[in-house]
Amino acid sequence: MNKLTQLLTAMLLLPLLLSSAYADNIAEGKEISFDRKKGNCLACHAMDDGELAGLVGPPLMMMKVRFPDRAVLREQVWDPTIRNPATSMPPYGRHRMMTEEEIDKVVDYLYTL
Amino acid sequence: MKGLTCLSAILLGSLLVSAPSYADPQSDQDEIRTFFQKRFPKVELAGFADGAYAINENARSQWLEIEEFPPYEDAVDEGQEYFETPFANGKSYADCFPNGGIGIKQDYPKFDTDSGEVITIEYAINQCRTSNGEEALPYGQGELAYVSAYMASTSRDNIINVIIPDDERALAAYDAGKRMFYERKGQLNMACATCHISIAGSQLRAEITSPALGHTTHFPAFRFAWDDIGTLQKRYAGCNTQVRAKPFALQSEQYRNLEYFHTYMANGLPLNGPGSRK
Repeated sequence: MNKLTQLLTAMLLLPLLLSSAYADNIAEGKEISFDRKKGNCLACHAMDDGELAGLVGPPLMMMKVRFPDRAVLREQVWDPTIRNPATSMPPYGRHRMMTEEEIDKVVDYLYTL
Repeated sequence: MKGLTCLSAILLGSLLVSAPSYADPQSDQDEIRTFFQKRFPKVELAGFADGAYAINENARSQWLEIEEFPPYEDAVDEGQEYFETPFANGKSYADCFPNGGIGIKQDYPKFDTDSGEVITIEYAINQCRTSNGEEALPYGQGELAYVSAYMASTSRDNIINVIIPDDERALAAYDAGKRMFYERKGQLNMACATCHISIAGSQLRAEITSPALGHTTHFPAFRFAWDDIGTLQKRYAGCNTQVRAKPFALQSEQYRNLEYFHTYMANGLPLNGPGSRK
């Protein structure tokens, strides 16, 4: 009985825990994206509630529609020169400007835009 | 026979390697100008001397107001005093330069066919000092930048006339500068050309990236970010640092070559230094 209760509790709590971890990821992803020493995305992209955004790159919106394949979006952050060698966007992953986890969080966040 | 073919292949290969085909500076210049004239059709060639203020009305009007009471005036006066003060041996800067050092900035950087290197005006100022038994001054800012600012002020409105002599070493120096300009660098993976050609005129956050054409006309410049006069190469080092690349030493061969390429593209533009810049 005790075991069953534990199992049921876990089954109930797990999605909650996961979704709150996911919400944390999104919040952290936003922080990393806005941080001038990390993503500094606003230098070039209008996004979310960011103020004084640059106009070099396209506005970051409807990301799920534009990048139905999450792996493609992730690659675009990791090294945008793969898709466009002439891009002015830095290769955040290839040049280790962000850790792999940070990139995952940024992608979680971008997918909400 | 097989060995001979192999040998001649190696010889041919080394010939190809030892005779690189240099870019044609004149066609580079035409290409860059055509590019900028297309991007900013309202700006006349001479107008590019105003940098980002040539392409943004709002920034331009603020800048024109600042230029009414120029923040660099004291530095130019100070530079003139240094310039006119004789060295310990009784000679002065005027003895080192053509025309007593007045109104000559448009000819720099020069390629010196004796030493085979590019001589910028700041490099020449220190050469003048050391050949007269004085200590070389630190590059970038301070006394040397003030002397250079004074020399620039006597050259205002003169037309930039950088010459690349018919000398393979001069072309090689120009080419090295060109490569440095277009090569991506640093953690941000950016070349000079990324901001100042590809996306020149774009809004980077609240800043406008200035066109490369015309950069060299107004240096040494008073930058509010520095709160002082500084040289073009100090700015190079700042740009390298901003893209998280290790800057070269000021007046290193690399930066002198870069300045050679960078100034050559501005041939025909009027000098308007020292200028004030954000």
